[in-house]
Amino acid sequence: MQKLINLGRGTLDYIAAIGSASMMLFGALFAFPTWKNTRLMVHQMYVVGVQSLLIIIVSGLFIGMVMALQGYTILVSYGAEGSLGPMVALSLLRELGPVVTALLFAGRAGSALTAEIGLMKATEQLSSLEMMAVDPLRRVLSPRFWAGVYSMPMLALIFSAVGILGGHLVGVDWLGVDSGSYWSIMQSTVEWNEDVVNGVIKALVFALVVVWIALYKGYHCIPTSEGISKATTETVVYSSLTILGLDFVLTALMFGIS
Amino acid sequence: MTSRKTELLVGIFVALAIAATLLLALRVANQGMAGGGETYTLTARFDNIGGLKARSSVKVGGVIVGRVSRIYLNERDLVPMVEMEISTEYANTFPDTSSLSILTSGLLGEQFIGLKPGFIFPEDLEMIEEDKVCETSPYENCPYLTEGEEIMDTKSALVLEDLIGQFLFNQGNE
Amino acid sequence: MAESIVTVDKMHFSRGERVIYDDISLNVRKGAITAIMGPSGIGKTTLLKLIGGQLAPDSGSVLFQGSNVHKVSRHKLYELRRRMSMLFQSGALFTNMTVFDNVAFPLREHTHLNEDIIRTIVYLKLEAVGLRGAYDLMPSELSGGMARRAALARAIALDPDLIMYDEPFAGQDPISMGVLVSLIKSLNKALNLTSIVVTHDVTEVLSIADYVYILANKKIIGEGTPNEIRQSDSDLVQQFLEGKADGPVPFHYPAQDLRTALIGE
Repeated sequence: MQKLINLGRGTLDYIAAIGSASMMLFGALFAFPTWKNTRLMVHQMYVVGVQSLLIIIVSGLFIGMVMALQGYTILVSYGAEGSLGPMVALSLLRELGPVVTALLFAGRAGSALTAEIGLMKATEQLSSLEMMAVDPLRRVLSPRFWAGVYSMPMLALIFSAVGILGGHLVGVDWLGVDSGSYWSIMQSTVEWNEDVVNGVIKALVFALVVVWIALYKGYHCIPTSEGISKATTETVVYSSLTILGLDFVLTALMFGIS
Repeated sequence: MTSRKTELLVGIFVALAIAATLLLALRVANQGMAGGGETYTLTARFDNIGGLKARSSVKVGGVIVGRVSRIYLNERDLVPMVEMEISTEYANTFPDTSSLSILTSGLLGEQFIGLKPGFIFPEDLEMIEEDKVCETSPYENCPYLTEGEEIMDTKSALVLEDLIGQFLFNQGNE
Repeated sequence: MAESIVTVDKMHFSRGERVIYDDISLNVRKGAITAIMGPSGIGKTTLLKLIGGQLAPDSGSVLFQGSNVHKVSRHKLYELRRRMSMLFQSGALFTNMTVFDNVAFPLREHTHLNEDIIRTIVYLKLEAVGLRGAYDLMPSELSGGMARRAALARAIALDPDLIMYDEPFAGQDPISMGVLVSLIKSLNKALNLTSIVVTHDVTEVLSIADYVYILANKKIIGEGTPNEIRQSDSDLVQQFLEGKADGPVPFHYPAQDLRTALIGE
């Protein structure tokens, strides 16, 4: 009986958490940056975007290079190494670009957001904002939210572009695939709407989810060192799982049926 | 507070993103043919389309001139119909005696439609010059393929099983 | 009796199952320093958050300058909050800004003054707390007492009518404690403020307060001017003032009998 009660209470807590998270999301969405907040947003874009740039570029480069190497060894045995370009480009644009960027973003920027907001809560900075008649949602959450939503797709685009260049480096410059066929077969296969735009949409959705989870976890963490560390871990775990699950759903919607 | 350096770095970040988009648009996706662009529609009836899909390309001697926009079944005759969008760059170019065949690029490559241009009688050329039949609708007398026209001469995709069957049949006859 | 700026009337507040306040009423007179004392852990900070409208009571009301803090719209509440300010226990300075920007923060958020005027005001406020020389330090470079003074400068930046001090003396060395005591007293007089000081440091606060409430066991157990409090015949009040370990407020957290717990029945 007690177990049943606990289950019911747990479920209710969970639904309430979803409710308050949604309310926060809408709050942040509609608290669209005013001119004053645009500068805050630019600063946050520096924190979540520019500071994630290095890890994104390096990972993109290596993933592109590894894919070219792996793809080449398989394709060459069918005499189809000309298809290396589209293979690298499509995997990056459709899947690896958005997904890996989002996972890295969750680990690099999401956790930092949670920790920062959690710490602001623990040191009463959020309360103090409230008492100064400044809405923390508007002043603290919204700029971070929008900065994340803008930065992530840009990071994903940079990731894919760098990956394709990395694939070119290994496939063409080292393994000797013809440069012309690398690009031209890629061009005839890759579609702007189908592949590039869908990839960006994926990245946008992932960004929304990661930033949302990160901000919610930070804002509602238990303001102790233990609570913040737990919230940070949860941000990374929940974001990663949600990204992978959503990726399947989005892929099925975009590429599954046609 | 936002310092000048931060703003500068964010600017560089955005510029990088735009550069990446440009690279993807121009070098990777080749925006030229894929989207936008005015097109006109042709249809064709095949016995068997094999592995042809929507968005497969339509090529003339290897040059992409359009894409398959829709594949559906003609409900009366129960044969597949293919709808193609051909770039208006190639309007009034292909004679209505042109033929279509479904081809495969390479051994394992994807299938596409090959368009083989037909010919035009010299008297038709005069008709175009004099009566301007290809400049205003209806295009009934225009000897070129125009909007909505159906191409009659089509060759189906090669299906491996049919080929083998035919081969065995021929062997049996000998 | 003088006009009151904050009136708490028959307020009842609980957190989950735990009752924090059971039917308390108190008055804060305009222009006076009102001290609210009590043992740790009875939710004195909670009381300030209730007055500031960050928490809502289960029943009863809190009036600030005649408006019910928990009944007004969010917009109006924010307007009320511009007239009150709160000094948090930790200071709660924004760690990513300098002291100057911290003090300038409420001005930049709520006024359209130009930077010259803001600089003048900030310097004046910092001068008042004796930290003008530290304007370009980051909060992490300040000592605890300095951080609290910087936060005080920020709290008075908008010239509020009411300041709530949350444990201003906790964890301070005697010198900075003395500085804060005199600051609270002089600011209250000079800026024509009303102050609420929540604390458990008896001697310091009795020296500056005009009126004192003592909270314990979810209720107000004593009130009056410092002299009346000192002469109170309530056991509870005397236990608190003299710091006796055991008394009406028990030394032991409520638990079952030790013998039962160890041996069992």
